[in-house]
Amino acid sequence: MDTVTTDIAVVGAGGAGLRAAIAAAEADPAVSVLLVSKVYPMRSHTCAAEGGAAAVAKSDDSLEYHFNDTVTGADWLADQDAVELFVNEIPRELTLLEHWGCPWSREDAGEVAVRPFGGMKIKRTWYAADKTGFHMLHTLFQTSLKYPSIKRLDEHFCVDLLVDDGRCHGLTAMEVRTGRMKMIKAKAVIIASGGAGRIFAFTTNGAIKTGDGMAMAYRAGVPLKDMEFVQYHPTGLPGSGILLTEGCRGEGGYLLNKDNYRYLQDYNLGPAEDKPRLKAMELGPRDRLSQAFYHESQKGRTVETKWGDVVYLDMRHLGEKLIDERLPLVRDLARSYVNADPVTDLVPVRPVVHYMMGGIHTDINAATTIDGLYAAGECACVTINGANRLGSNSLGELLVFGARAGRFAVEHVKSVKAPGDIIEKQAADSEGRVKALFRRPKSGERVAAMRNALTLSMEDGCGIYRTEETIRSTCNTITDLRARFQDLALEDHSNVFNTDLYQALELGCMIEVAHTVAQSALERKESRGAHQRLDYEARDDATYLKHSMAYYNPNGDPRIDYADVVITKSQPAARVYGGSAA
Amino acid sequence: MTERKIELEVLRYRPEQDAEPWFQTYTVPCPEEWVVLDALNYVKDEIDRTLSYRWSCHMFVCGSCGMVIDGEPKLACKAFLRDYGDKIRVEPLANFPIERDLVIVMDDFMEKLESVKPYLIPKEEKSLDEGSYLQTPAQLKAYKQYSMCINCMLCYSACPQYGLAPEFIGPAALALAHRYNMDSRDVGRKAREDTVASHEGIWECSFVGACSEVCPKSVDPAGAIQQVKFSSAIDYFTSWLPGGGSR
Repeated sequence: MDTVTTDIAVVGAGGAGLRAAIAAAEADPAVSVLLVSKVYPMRSHTCAAEGGAAAVAKSDDSLEYHFNDTVTGADWLADQDAVELFVNEIPRELTLLEHWGCPWSREDAGEVAVRPFGGMKIKRTWYAADKTGFHMLHTLFQTSLKYPSIKRLDEHFCVDLLVDDGRCHGLTAMEVRTGRMKMIKAKAVIIASGGAGRIFAFTTNGAIKTGDGMAMAYRAGVPLKDMEFVQYHPTGLPGSGILLTEGCRGEGGYLLNKDNYRYLQDYNLGPAEDKPRLKAMELGPRDRLSQAFYHESQKGRTVETKWGDVVYLDMRHLGEKLIDERLPLVRDLARSYVNADPVTDLVPVRPVVHYMMGGIHTDINAATTIDGLYAAGECACVTINGANRLGSNSLGELLVFGARAGRFAVEHVKSVKAPGDIIEKQAADSEGRVKALFRRPKSGERVAAMRNALTLSMEDGCGIYRTEETIRSTCNTITDLRARFQDLALEDHSNVFNTDLYQALELGCMIEVAHTVAQSALERKESRGAHQRLDYEARDDATYLKHSMAYYNPNGDPRIDYADVVITKSQPAARVYGGSAA
Repeated sequence: MTERKIELEVLRYRPEQDAEPWFQTYTVPCPEEWVVLDALNYVKDEIDRTLSYRWSCHMFVCGSCGMVIDGEPKLACKAFLRDYGDKIRVEPLANFPIERDLVIVMDDFMEKLESVKPYLIPKEEKSLDEGSYLQTPAQLKAYKQYSMCINCMLCYSACPQYGLAPEFIGPAALALAHRYNMDSRDVGRKAREDTVASHEGIWECSFVGACSEVCPKSVDPAGAIQQVKFSSAIDYFTSWLPGGGSR
């Protein structure tokens, strides 16, 4: 096994990983940084974020408003110290991106423009047309090339962390091109590997979003926090699950049921007015909108298609000029995939799994419970998102906490002792595990069949609305899949770019992450934000104003523990949207 | 009703097993909303686990799934089966070494992309306390098109010059250099010129324009290269005028 040595290893080279690497390079150019990603940086899923990033920029807005919107949106499960820090730091981060060349959309006089997003009192979403994540990712990647201390291992699949006496000393990774395992010795590791939307059958997430980094930290003993909170985005294209940004509604799009009726007014989100009203109707938060869809569907007021029920996104009144200027990708995607031109046609949409609010438990410095191990971005859970993330807070989160992870990791490497020999043994065990998988016979359990069973079961049991019965059924499926994984078949026994092996490794991670989602959902007997139980319909602050913490158990269900939520200045109250929203 | 089926003829090459590339034919269903990528995923999941290719977003933005489909460089996620006949040939991007099956070796592309200093070089570092630069919509428009490149490399596959002279920096990297040169916040054109205006840079381009034709994002690299040629030529000639230029 080859050994690579670096001061800081960053797992994942998307938005959070690149921001962490740049922050580390700027904090101390003498500290070496190695970005290790299973794909090339520009393939990272940050590129698919469309609508924008929220930061207070205009005189009619305030940090307090951004704080309140975020905490309310989170159904009070966000840690308020983290939210406060986030809203304070994000304007500078977005300005920094501007200084690095990010092509933010502009007002006539040249100021950065903002658009409204769901659950916002004041519009504050910076955007680059409808390709904000794409532009942020490429700006960060291209900027990272300026720093000689940043090196990369592209297309390396990270497998296991190396931990000695509570300290992280690196990781193992497989070079996809050769199948060779490498031991990466590092004084600090930052996991920035993104979310795990692929554990669901119908998702906006790219193929790479399989929760590998979450699973790696989890197996090493770090709890995964608030995993039951899975965000359904209200407007995905049926069939493919392709995202149509919330910007469609921010710019004034309507959601219509099969009777061309703006049904959201029936769900405490009205009044229905022609022009977008902040925090109302189509600009309500994502959880409420996806839940309203479910009820419309129950009432038979959605439209049946072969890809499931749909409602319609109506953008026709926005006009071709605005759509082409601000939503060009949306137009391209809708025309290509559902043969509907938003300029002239209604576009069919349905809620689709989009984002994991939960993730690797960290503190506000992006530090985990293992010394020298940090996490940031969607894979992490600080948490500013609580039970429901507000649209356009995730691109900001990966910048603020990515940068903090980079800076705190630099501080950490200055005080690190050399690891014991145990990490050599761990690396050898890790290699052995991968090689055992590689040598699996050609007959047995098929990766694709197991993945389908998992993702369909998650959709059935851990969807927009859940009950004890549906969740238990999913838990049983997962237990079964964990056993079947031992009999996995591997049909490809080549070393070079073996995507059969790559997907087998991903499947192992997906099953573990899904297990934490289902078990956390089972044990949270209340409804809050994106976690809605038909058998426990009310929010229960007395029992569950807590973060759930899922701990790895190799031989059974995850152990679920609870931790306090940090409340500083906003006491839990009713979440009010629509005409009576504050 | 029997569902329509089509044949995918896919280039296979596994360096450990195959002396040279060969074609394997798979029969796949053809729902009207499927793209070539869906058909490949069907093969991978239902027929042959050994087929390798890159993909992720399935929405034409990550740039992973560039391949040659019926002779044309395309994103597999944007090539609808309904637009093809009953037999579709799928090959890796041309002009790159094949790593395996539909996966090409992209080291050369990455080096070229990195060589053009593709980052903002400001006149002077601006502190965050000074806020953002002003940039009018017209100034944004001057470079926006060139900032849309997803690095899918279809243009390198289409470029006859890159095929003949692999040292050519190529369309996407030159368009990216132009993107920063045209940005009102940037003063890095001189710093990029050593690479961009070298023999391997713009002057290697014979202006066939194939790059712009295949670009899935309408970046128009050919147009960018022509503009750079023009401004470099102007620089060259003005440098010989009395007191002109910095040569």
